[in-house]
Amino acid sequence: MQSKAKAFPWQELLLPLVAVVLALLVGSAFILYVGENPLKAYGILFKESLGSIRNIATTLQRATPLMFTGLAVAFAFRAGLFNIGAEGQLYMGAFCAVWVGISFDLPRIIHLPLAILAAMVGGALWASIAGYLKAKLGVHEVINTIMLNFIALFLTDWLVTGPFHGGSWVPETVRIKPTAAFSRIYPPTRLTTAVYLAVAAAAVAYVILWKTKRGYELRAVGLNPHAAEYGGINVARNTLIAMAISGAFAGLAGAEQILGLHNRFIVRFSSDLGFMGIAVALLGKNHPAGVLIAAVLFGALQAGSAAMDRSTSVPRELITIIQALIIFFVAAEFLIRRMLRLKEDA
Amino acid sequence: MGDILAMLFNTTVFAAAFRMATPLIFAALGGILSERSGVVNIALEGMMLTGSFTAMFVTYHTGMPWVGVLGAMAAGGLIGLLLAIFCVRYRANQVVTGTAINIFAGGLTVFLLRHFFQVAGTSPAVTVIPDITLPVLSKIPWLDRILGRQNPLVYLALVAVFVVHVVIYKTPWGLRLRAVGEHPQAADTVGINVFRMRYTAVILSGALAGLGGTYLSIAHLSRFSEGMTAGRGFIALAAVIFGKWTPLGALGACLFFGYGDALQMRLQDIGIPTQFMNMLPYVLTMVALAGFIGRAVGPKAAGQPYIKG
Amino acid sequence: MAKVLEMRGITKQFPRVLANDSVDFDLEYGEIHALVGENGSGKSTLMSILYGLYQKDAGEIIVRGQPVEISEPRQAIDLRIGMVFQHFMLIEPLTVAENIVLGSEVRKGPFLDYKKMVAEGRRLSEEYGLEIDPEAKIADLSVGLQQRVEILKALYRGAEILVLDEPTAVLTPQEVDDLIEVLRNLKAKGTSIVFITHKIKEVLAVSDRVSVLRRGRKIGTKLTAETNEQELAEMMVGRVVLLQVEKGPAHPGREVLRLENVSVKDQFGHVKVNNVNLSVRSGEVLGIAGVEGNGQSELVEAIAGLRRVSGGRIYLSGQDITGWSPLRIRRAGFGFVPEDRHRRGLVLDYSVADNLILGIHGSKPFVNKAGLRSQGQIDEYAERLIAEYDVRPPVAGQAVRNLSGGNQQKVVVAREFDQNPDLLICSQPTRGVDVGAIEFIHRQVIAQRDRGAAVLLVSAELDEVLSLSDRVAVMYNGEIVSVMPIGEATEHKLGFLMLGGRPEEYQAGEVSGSAIQS
Repeated sequence: MQSKAKAFPWQELLLPLVAVVLALLVGSAFILYVGENPLKAYGILFKESLGSIRNIATTLQRATPLMFTGLAVAFAFRAGLFNIGAEGQLYMGAFCAVWVGISFDLPRIIHLPLAILAAMVGGALWASIAGYLKAKLGVHEVINTIMLNFIALFLTDWLVTGPFHGGSWVPETVRIKPTAAFSRIYPPTRLTTAVYLAVAAAAVAYVILWKTKRGYELRAVGLNPHAAEYGGINVARNTLIAMAISGAFAGLAGAEQILGLHNRFIVRFSSDLGFMGIAVALLGKNHPAGVLIAAVLFGALQAGSAAMDRSTSVPRELITIIQALIIFFVAAEFLIRRMLRLKEDA
Repeated sequence: MGDILAMLFNTTVFAAAFRMATPLIFAALGGILSERSGVVNIALEGMMLTGSFTAMFVTYHTGMPWVGVLGAMAAGGLIGLLLAIFCVRYRANQVVTGTAINIFAGGLTVFLLRHFFQVAGTSPAVTVIPDITLPVLSKIPWLDRILGRQNPLVYLALVAVFVVHVVIYKTPWGLRLRAVGEHPQAADTVGINVFRMRYTAVILSGALAGLGGTYLSIAHLSRFSEGMTAGRGFIALAAVIFGKWTPLGALGACLFFGYGDALQMRLQDIGIPTQFMNMLPYVLTMVALAGFIGRAVGPKAAGQPYIKG
Repeated sequence: MAKVLEMRGITKQFPRVLANDSVDFDLEYGEIHALVGENGSGKSTLMSILYGLYQKDAGEIIVRGQPVEISEPRQAIDLRIGMVFQHFMLIEPLTVAENIVLGSEVRKGPFLDYKKMVAEGRRLSEEYGLEIDPEAKIADLSVGLQQRVEILKALYRGAEILVLDEPTAVLTPQEVDDLIEVLRNLKAKGTSIVFITHKIKEVLAVSDRVSVLRRGRKIGTKLTAETNEQELAEMMVGRVVLLQVEKGPAHPGREVLRLENVSVKDQFGHVKVNNVNLSVRSGEVLGIAGVEGNGQSELVEAIAGLRRVSGGRIYLSGQDITGWSPLRIRRAGFGFVPEDRHRRGLVLDYSVADNLILGIHGSKPFVNKAGLRSQGQIDEYAERLIAEYDVRPPVAGQAVRNLSGGNQQKVVVAREFDQNPDLLICSQPTRGVDVGAIEFIHRQVIAQRDRGAAVLLVSAELDEVLSLSDRVAVMYNGEIVSVMPIGEATEHKLGFLMLGGRPEEYQAGEVSGSAIQS
């Protein structure tokens, strides 16, 4: 008698792949429009992002925060929640990390973990606001998390240009103490040990979701809250917990940006990392392993875009366009299934 | 104390409130049409941004800002069509698709900016729509300093509120719109084409949001710069919710937010950081949704794709 | 009399059920024709085909002597056919007048002519005796009044043939009388009416003729004046094929479940369960017979903690469990096979194993000391249950979605029964289940009874109730109409009570089924 799940569902992998291919195809229309050869442009793009160890390191650095925000969004999706607030949660997490990083003098072995923990707590608490409002009052988390994004943005803006201002004429804090920083793995690239943390986080997400009672309950709530309630599962409590954990992951993205990349809080440092997390989660089919792979893909696109920009007349914003197209195609799964005449979900 | 009152009830501030509110009003009206038909529109930001860019671009090439306005509405409408196709026809998740549009618009506008003008950040200057003086209003004391001389788009926004209000509440199309957003199945059983209504509403919402963006690039300022909407699309969304999905309510909310915006600089002088005023629309919306100022509940069918039969 | 409508040989096949099997139905001008049958008899499907919501597979429809094809509601409306659905198609925030005209609005130029709309609404309501304020908001109206709006909608569009689908399901007795009055007015004005119901009293009160459907087939059509409740009940419920389950006598012991004056309201404030008193003892099966929609679902959900009780108290093994959480009630010794396994009973995308531990997923041995799930223990447990309950295919790891209905139900049954609860509630336990699985599940129910569980069986299948129960209760309109030992229960009597008959009016006259010896 078999207990393992049946053969690997190759069909499930096909959809994200098709979405990416379609996005690249439509992207090549834009490349042609500016008068360049798509193969040449994509060639430079991928060579620059994956063509040498150094390039791969840069790609991985770019991918790291996306791994965290992707995990955040994916985790929430698994519990049936739509966390668009990863952006705000990462800012709050980042701020907590920078606060610990500049305010204390501690040996590295305590300082860095403490800062990381602070980031997780910051993100978790921020996400819990929306989680609480959903669990207790039934207010949909989408609008609330969007609002909280902006509130976090302005709040940290104020903190960093006001009480925590670094004193210079740029809107940023002082640098964190070196004991709170992630170490560089492959200088001169900006890749830090945070990437190991990201992989570990993915493993933790996997274990929580599939190997613990909590994860069983969270996923049940996401798949069928009526049956979950019937089975004695507390839907409201699990909603809150899921948002908190999701926020913690997003907070870690902030940790990487502060403790790894910039070593200080620069106002508005995130260029849509939270929103890209949605794309990464969707592309990765809300699975931790998928999220890691999707994050690397997006990281590669970003890492290669500058070189493509320099060597051709294709503006680097093409990457943003392609990323948006990927989201379109993944979201329109129905369309792709029709196209490939695949079996449709109920 | 007198100083503070003078600051708060200053006609200059009121006049500025109307100016700040104008792009929000157009976008909010668009949001209302879309949501009332049952399609959640997170993409107002992207639609506005597209409108901003198109207005600048068309004005640059034609020298006629009003043609730019038309171009912006058309571009916004196209983005609306995109949202409609993915969400209504292919039943994609409305929030995800809306987010994708925002990212897409952000990327596309800068892509085109760099391609056409070889600049990063800001376009060359273009002709703006000049302010006009309204003969009637400029005779009324006190009001003349607020609304006597404004940009035509400001007046247009106020007219638009009235028009949308009449359309929604006093025309057959508006009645059907409200039906489709509350109970699409009921509308279907009396022969209303739910899909067509939603397509129309979403395309119009794009056109209106695009119009909102127009104000930014060819009226308020005279150029387009990267990301110039700066979250206004989301403030418009907040206004829709805060205004309980009605045109008049949204007008009130937009004016209130615009007022807060106009007050920013002055408040900073007395120690209130601008960022707190910036936060205000968002905090208020959360409060409204949580029911502390009377529950804000949207059209019942918003967010669900309609599947026949 | 001439016929305004004829439906001949209508057949409609759905994926797993033949909803209409060559059904004939006709309607004469100006008559009120009742279309009756139990749930699943096909009456709603037949009328939905008439209204263009479904397409027939075979047969023809003739309206006013002309054959027609109706492929969407617009066409039915054009043929002057109007339908009042069981679930109202009304827009709550809008007014009565707005709802009436929606889709066929009264215009003044590009605008709505509100004055005319309101006047029109008023005129119609006065003409047909359906007093209602055209400017009232639907959300503010009672259910009975909302229904009038639905009728006005049809009349506004010129309906001459009016179909009402279970119109009294949501009405109070007073509102039912009002509705009957309205229908008589409509008839006087020449409207021909089809009245779908399962309530015999109403049929006799208002109809001219009555047609009975059972399991997709038309059993017969009679003049109402020439028939009676017994005969109709018999036609609706039919000859019961008893799946004989072998069972010994019951040995009831202590009281396990007691309901005292329990009332339950739904989210709209309508009373669904009205002052119910019940007692179930260990070692016995109490079957509640009744057509669905008479409050059984709400009653059962209230006992399970999934719904709030608006009055009364519930006792499990002497403990007051009113208001307890579902988890706490489960832990107190409660098992529940819900009527909707897809919605309540299973997480379809979870594996069979994961579904088998739902409810006990957090207890040892499924979770080890470190807080991690013990897949080995879970699999072992799952494999045992799969073997014992003969779940096919016997693969613990596959998604439960892929199983047939019968096997899915076996998963639910296995999970709930294996815990050996003190109180076991089985709600429609064999719905959508193949015969082999039905027999199996029935044997398991008796086994649980013999083990000492108190079993509350809720079922719309009379033969199931008669086969398994030691005592039988009938639920109608939210109330327990009668409780009797199995020896006194015949399908005839139960059918009569299920359809609204009062116990004191029942005559054991022509009995076509046999009384069950206990």
